[in-house]
Amino acid sequence: MRRARTLPYNLAAVVVLVATVFPVYWMVVTAFKPTTDINAATPQLVPLHPTLEHFRDAIGVDGFWRFWRNSALVSVGAVLLALVVGLMGAFAVARMRWAGRKGFILMVFIAQMAPWEALLIPMFIIARDTGMLDKLSMLTLIYFVATLPFTIVTLRGFLASIPPELEEAAQLDGASRLEAFRRIVFPLLAPGLMSTALFGFITAWNEFAFANALIVKNQDNRTLPVWLSSFSNVFGTDWGATMAASTLFMLPVLVIFLVLQRRVTGGIVAGAVKG
Amino acid sequence: MLAETPVDLSPPVGEVARTRPRRARRAAGAWPYLLVLPTVAGTLFLLVYPLIRSVVISMQHFRIGELIRGGAPFVGLDNYRELFASHDFWAVVVRTVWWTAVNVVLIMVISTLVALLVARLGRRMRLAVMSGLVLAWAVPVLAATTVFQWMFQSRLGVVNWLLTTIGLDRFDGYTWFANGTATFVILVLLVVWQSVPFAALTLYAGLTTVPDELFESARIDGANARQVFRHVTFPMLRSLFGLITSLEIIWVFKCFAQIWAVSKGGPSGATTTLPVYAFQVAQSLHKYDLGAAISTVTVIFLLVVLVPHLRHLYRSEGAQA
Repeated sequence: MRRARTLPYNLAAVVVLVATVFPVYWMVVTAFKPTTDINAATPQLVPLHPTLEHFRDAIGVDGFWRFWRNSALVSVGAVLLALVVGLMGAFAVARMRWAGRKGFILMVFIAQMAPWEALLIPMFIIARDTGMLDKLSMLTLIYFVATLPFTIVTLRGFLASIPPELEEAAQLDGASRLEAFRRIVFPLLAPGLMSTALFGFITAWNEFAFANALIVKNQDNRTLPVWLSSFSNVFGTDWGATMAASTLFMLPVLVIFLVLQRRVTGGIVAGAVKG
Repeated sequence: MLAETPVDLSPPVGEVARTRPRRARRAAGAWPYLLVLPTVAGTLFLLVYPLIRSVVISMQHFRIGELIRGGAPFVGLDNYRELFASHDFWAVVVRTVWWTAVNVVLIMVISTLVALLVARLGRRMRLAVMSGLVLAWAVPVLAATTVFQWMFQSRLGVVNWLLTTIGLDRFDGYTWFANGTATFVILVLLVVWQSVPFAALTLYAGLTTVPDELFESARIDGANARQVFRHVTFPMLRSLFGLITSLEIIWVFKCFAQIWAVSKGGPSGATTTLPVYAFQVAQSLHKYDLGAAISTVTVIFLLVVLVPHLRHLYRSEGAQA
């Protein structure tokens, strides 16, 4: 009786599962197939002759490591900046009372919703006027400011979950405010900082529009997503290498998501982002 | 935000935050202002200033000459007049509305069904589906665009093979990206595929906060599944639905990377939405003034969508502060 009732649900679940997973599966599987199998008239669902040749091709392409390094530099730089500055802001909001606090929070909320893509043109002109065009530092700064609101909102939630009495007790015992923060709050905050940093990293790592618009002449300063978007110029119709490059681009993000999975699936509403 | 990162969902759980002890915050002189100074400065220079600059440029004559020489003259609303008189612009506006409506409706309907489905699954199947959703969510936009282009490739693409195998012979070697409607359809599939995980997982997380007793009592009263959804689930999650819908409208409306990477707005403009149009007009035609005017129109539209959401946030913030 129960089985008969759950069967349609399980069938629907299988459909959902296939629809969500298949594109990812197909990307990875194609990357591991030899070119002759990719070009076979009937697609093979499973790679019968797995090979690493496409990964060698993708990595061997002139500039792959440079673009990889560019992306890593820009993303890590933006995240570190956002963490330091965001933590300062979050602390001021969560732990201090001051005139303008509410206005600041509202500004952060609005900034979080800001239509960044609509700023491509003025940003291009500003970058050009200030000599920041084609510079990775410009991208770093933009990603930093773009991930900042999310960082502040999230860290504020984490800070709010740490009882201020802990710091107060430390201060009563003679610790300075900074010391109390470093010794008491910081260790408790570490998981929050970690997940916030990883989400920021993903955002910066994936960003395309600004990287595409602001790196114009100096093609060596392109980031991975922009490079990948021109795959047909790089790889032609070599779909194996294109899928291998896409897989390599996806890999860091996937690892991060695996690390964060519990927070992602369970904590979106209740945990990570409470007021 | 640039991508679909988890957003502040405090309105539905705002009650939790309100119970926080008030004495947590102390008056502290100049410290808070020093602490928020870098945030305010960064936001001013890289968000507020570009926004203002965009509006200013949209009221100047700003083409390639002015970009190089500087000294763009003020022309008032001429750019907007030119824009609103242009047939192309209105075609793009209509297409953008259509693009947003199709995507958002599909995303919301599918996500709701998936969320309701996940809630009814057994433990193991639920974990499998949620892992699949997280996996799809994790795929970077640009990696997804390349694999969708590969799946819909004309000769070797798995989609054409599948369609031909089930008897639709006209898809044998069909070139999806040469046809405007077909490219539009692929982009919709791509964006829906990428957006459903976030919406479905968030809706499901919201569903789990609804007390089981409500569903049970509704069922005891003889309500069928549809009635339960209409009279219990939906009203309980109304604000969450509202929030996700407005976020999806914004994300889909301003969607740029997918369209630019797959079709650059083509073929022959069939997938040109407002953000793509603004970038084309500015970067390819060097009409920075018109591009800025299009961007400004985009921002105004997004603001209109956002106002209720921001009001809500502000009010729940007011209750706390």
